[in-house]
Amino acid sequence: MADPMRIRANMTGDKVEVKVLMSHEMETGLRKDAQGKIIPAHFIRNVSVTHGGKTVLSAQWGTSVSRNPFLHFRFKGGKPGDKVTISWADNRGEKRTDEAVIAGG
Amino acid sequence: MDAKRREVLKTGGVLALAAAGIIKPGDALAQEWNKAAFDTKGVAETVKALGGSGSTASSAIEITAPDIAENGAVVPIAVESKLPKTQAIAILIEKNPSTLSAEFEIPAGTDPFVSTRVKMGETSNIYALVIADGKYFHAVKEIKVTIGGCGG
Repeated sequence: MADPMRIRANMTGDKVEVKVLMSHEMETGLRKDAQGKIIPAHFIRNVSVTHGGKTVLSAQWGTSVSRNPFLHFRFKGGKPGDKVTISWADNRGEKRTDEAVIAGG
Repeated sequence: MDAKRREVLKTGGVLALAAAGIIKPGDALAQEWNKAAFDTKGVAETVKALGGSGSTASSAIEITAPDIAENGAVVPIAVESKLPKTQAIAILIEKNPSTLSAEFEIPAGTDPFVSTRVKMGETSNIYALVIADGKYFHAVKEIKVTIGGCGG
């Protein structure tokens, strides 16, 4: 199981500013190991962020998102104390879901 | 009736359905992944795979990224769209083995802004493709890469 995401969700004005660091190798499938064998691709393909049952961002990723992916975006409609839930799923079917509580501005 | 056998058959059936793509595993997470779009090479082909027939250059899209990336493995890129009814933002790296890097769907209430980090194999143009009100727009920025981030 992958390590937990590090999530920061803060109010800035009337918006919630979300910054996420995920823990994932994001292997492209193009690299070779010391023996010259291809290292199989292993990367996050789907990301979704929800707040109060509503999706506030969804993404599809390819292999060229950097290792330990970083994501930053903003949405309206949240308030301090609300939860933001982030999920990802990778090409091997591994998944992870983490939550953060929105902090005041 | 052998209950265990029933169970095995049921599980097998579910797996077969999942493999056939008839049912999608997972919960609220949208599991669809546009393999065709991520397999494309070149900007025009990627735009087509994302459902557009072409895209128009727009000064209402802003790309924030370094001019020179010392490390191609970690290139910070932010895209902000000022186009009304922005529905989606995609990041395309022209000279990468797979042009499409990431695609974000922006529902109403979410700022038409995303920031992430990508890998670049070599110096390349980066396209920020924006779908707004069903139309396709883009902005371009060249990023010079000193050390590539995709090789082995």
